[in-house]
Amino acid sequence: MHNPMEQFEIKRLVPLHLGGLDVSYTNSALWMTIAIAIMAYVFIYGMRKQALVPGRLQGMAETGYEFIAKMVGDNVGGEGKKYFPFILTLFLFVLGCNTVGLIPYSFTPTSHIIVTFAMAIFVFVGVTIIAFAKHGLHFLQFFAPKGVPLVLMFILVPIELISYLIRPLTLSIRLFANMLAGHIMLKVFAGFVIMLGIFFGWAPLLFTSVFYALEVLVACLQAYVFAILACLYLNDALHMH
Amino acid sequence: MDPAAAKMIGAGLASIALAGAGVGIGNIFAAYISGSFRNPEQAPRVFANVILGFALAEATGLFGLAVALLLLFVL
Repeated sequence: MHNPMEQFEIKRLVPLHLGGLDVSYTNSALWMTIAIAIMAYVFIYGMRKQALVPGRLQGMAETGYEFIAKMVGDNVGGEGKKYFPFILTLFLFVLGCNTVGLIPYSFTPTSHIIVTFAMAIFVFVGVTIIAFAKHGLHFLQFFAPKGVPLVLMFILVPIELISYLIRPLTLSIRLFANMLAGHIMLKVFAGFVIMLGIFFGWAPLLFTSVFYALEVLVACLQAYVFAILACLYLNDALHMH
Repeated sequence: MDPAAAKMIGAGLASIALAGAGVGIGNIFAAYISGSFRNPEQAPRVFANVILGFALAEATGLFGLAVALLLLFVL
């Protein structure tokens, strides 16, 4: 039976070296490019006609745009409008990378912790800088809510601080573990189909098909959750509590 | 104890965390279903929060799975 972890191997497609750094074009980079190309195609070609009554592609582009615009408006408020391009790009990139991994024989870029961690640390550091830029040192009051007796402060402030600092970790691991676990399960059950042979192989095949549908849902859901949590962290930074 | 055996046992123990994920997700959807029977008009409005809650509950279970996978394949 094939190793289910083989699908996560990084292969160098075009070896490149830039002064000691390995900047090869890997299969991960290839599938990220494909994901972005699909998203760019939908939005650029979809909005070309600009018909008042949208056709199919334009409808898709408009639905995606309005969905995220409404989410940013609801969760961040009026001030969040200038961060909408960032949230939309984040959402479309994660959605593209998650769904492109569902194509057989492909690679899921977001199933590597370094990819999700890079995005999460960007969001976290950016949001913290925005918070300090807007509120100055007064932002530290975020960790010491009003109306809490001094005795409880000694336990509450470290807890609040830790749960704030752990945000990039949980944000990245949530996406990474979902993608990793989902794809491992798919490959393991697909392996069972071959192992059980022609008489009993239909049972894991049925399960794999149903689980595939769940994986599509999880891919879209995790992209949405990543984006909405970025919005919520931004809301925390802009309007403290 | 043989380190490879200890890793297997550790991975198995860490996977017990997924039980919490199951209970949490069940709780969220039970509340949603029960609430939407009482107030069907507001059900679509709260659905976004249901999805967010599901993802957060699933995430905590998957942190345990991440530890298990870490033990098996990295360390």
